[in-house]
Amino acid sequence: MGKTLAEKIFDAHLKDEPFPGTKVLSLDRVLCHEITTPVAIADLVWRNKDRVFDRDKIKVVIDHVPPSKDSKTATQAKILREWARRHEIPDFFDVGHNGVCHAIFPEKGYIRPGFTAIMGDSHTCTHGAFGAFAAGVGTTDLEVGILKGVCAFREPTTIRVNLNGELPAGVYAKDVILYVIAQLGVNGATDRVIEFRGPIVEQMSMEARMTLCNMAIEAGGTCGICMPDMTTVDYLWSFIQAEFASKEAALADYRKWVSDADAVYDRVMDIDVSVLEPQVTFGYKPDCVKPVSEMAGTPVDQIYIGTCTNGRIEDLRQAAAVLKGKKVADSVRGIVSPATPKIFSQALEEGIIKVFMDAGFCVTNPTCGACLGMSNGVLAEDEVCAATSNRNFNGRMGKGGMVHLMSPSTAAATAITGVITDARTL
Amino acid sequence: MQKKFGGSAIFLDRSDINTDEIIPAKYLTEVTKEALTPYILEDLTLTGFDPKGDALKNAGVVISRENFGCGSSREHAPWVFEVNDVHTIIAESYARIFRQNMFNCGMLAIELPKEDIDQLIALQQNGKVEIAVDLEGQQIIATAGCEEKSFSFAVSPFDKALVNAGGWVEFADARY
Repeated sequence: MGKTLAEKIFDAHLKDEPFPGTKVLSLDRVLCHEITTPVAIADLVWRNKDRVFDRDKIKVVIDHVPPSKDSKTATQAKILREWARRHEIPDFFDVGHNGVCHAIFPEKGYIRPGFTAIMGDSHTCTHGAFGAFAAGVGTTDLEVGILKGVCAFREPTTIRVNLNGELPAGVYAKDVILYVIAQLGVNGATDRVIEFRGPIVEQMSMEARMTLCNMAIEAGGTCGICMPDMTTVDYLWSFIQAEFASKEAALADYRKWVSDADAVYDRVMDIDVSVLEPQVTFGYKPDCVKPVSEMAGTPVDQIYIGTCTNGRIEDLRQAAAVLKGKKVADSVRGIVSPATPKIFSQALEEGIIKVFMDAGFCVTNPTCGACLGMSNGVLAEDEVCAATSNRNFNGRMGKGGMVHLMSPSTAAATAITGVITDARTL
Repeated sequence: MQKKFGGSAIFLDRSDINTDEIIPAKYLTEVTKEALTPYILEDLTLTGFDPKGDALKNAGVVISRENFGCGSSREHAPWVFEVNDVHTIIAESYARIFRQNMFNCGMLAIELPKEDIDQLIALQQNGKVEIAVDLEGQQIIATAGCEEKSFSFAVSPFDKALVNAGGWVEFADARY
């Protein structure tokens, strides 16, 4: 009987099975940010166990509220910074070098096919785009990860989602994943890995695959996962070229991290994306999704483009293509937050930042910021935001505020008109 | 050290209660668990529920529906229950991370089928519902007025070991 990729990664990393069904895995990466790590650090200090299992496998960034907005966030940053320094963790990204964790860590080449990774952040599932098992965990799991380099899981079963057909112009990975979540429901993939397969995924860039995997958690999934291929090798090549004689050799090696043809799935879904429209959420759960045509005309107050879902260069290009030569409607304000300094620089070079600024957008530094109502675009009571982020919970971007999730292209079109708009109709 | 389980129940009769509702992100800037205490369930709007009311103040058990604790991975959600002396959650199902976080903190996230949750909710008609948890016997005894009902639940050996050890740090530190 064949195995899924997730099962292969579990087999290769199994350190202990203290009880039947409980798998303790060794970790290749423990990723840390300033919101969920400081309490773990404080607890390790209190236990007189202020150690790290492997400083090269721990990657650290200040991303949720940089630069610090008040004394409390400054304290969180300080705790993380001092900890990274005292343990001489080489890969620590402080203000000026920092970006949104799920954008900057892949960009630095830290995630490879077959890896295991955890982070105290639910959108860690993003990194499955590289053929890795990456899961969001709480602070206690993170603390044990930092100290021991292990984490316990019930072995998840896998839902295979075959994305077939041809993606229509103006329809993107974000639209696909919103549609998939609507089909699965917010707990349809709980304790499961969502494996994205089919010609649509094979044609997608790594950026688009990360957008898909990023929202696996919104259906309750432990991890999203894609099969590594030449696109993966190309993306990682500058980091792995010393390890392999050629890209073909790298690909041949990475192909061991692919599900077997006779692997057993919990469920297989076939989705033809050829007739898909851009998708937009309504209500307060990410599975409340409608085609944009049914949401068109809904007034908004703010447009927010960025985040670990859609703050990458491809996303900014999509939005800029719609915005070029246009202005943000008088009734709304637009905010764009490139997810990393590298993406910001690239967007500057390509003239994308100028397009946003000419249109009247506020361009912020890379940060998670407004996505979770922390800073840089928090909503007031009864305000509505068109956002490229991943959560539309009641009050997520500010108490009493409403969020509609959509692609960067739809968000840009909405900025121009002030009401939810299908970019293809402009 | 094992925590104390059971106590007065408060009912949150809705599915998909998320961790933003349990503890809003703006309080994640706190670096101690204790500082979270006043903000428990602050953003949850539910008919008949008052986050500042006595029912929650006196509660030791939260009873809810499906997919409890979905959304963000923040362990601040179990912590805000812990510092308010709510060490037992009973629900139809949980989001994976929240459930694991509860056991990692040595607390109980008990799953009961919908019919049992319906019965627990109906029990309120007889007065305040008190829950006693027998972890070894894997039984819950719910009393309200003169009514008493018992429900059996499943708990995996690993989850039980975490509760007995007082949490995952203690368990992992002793073993790895």
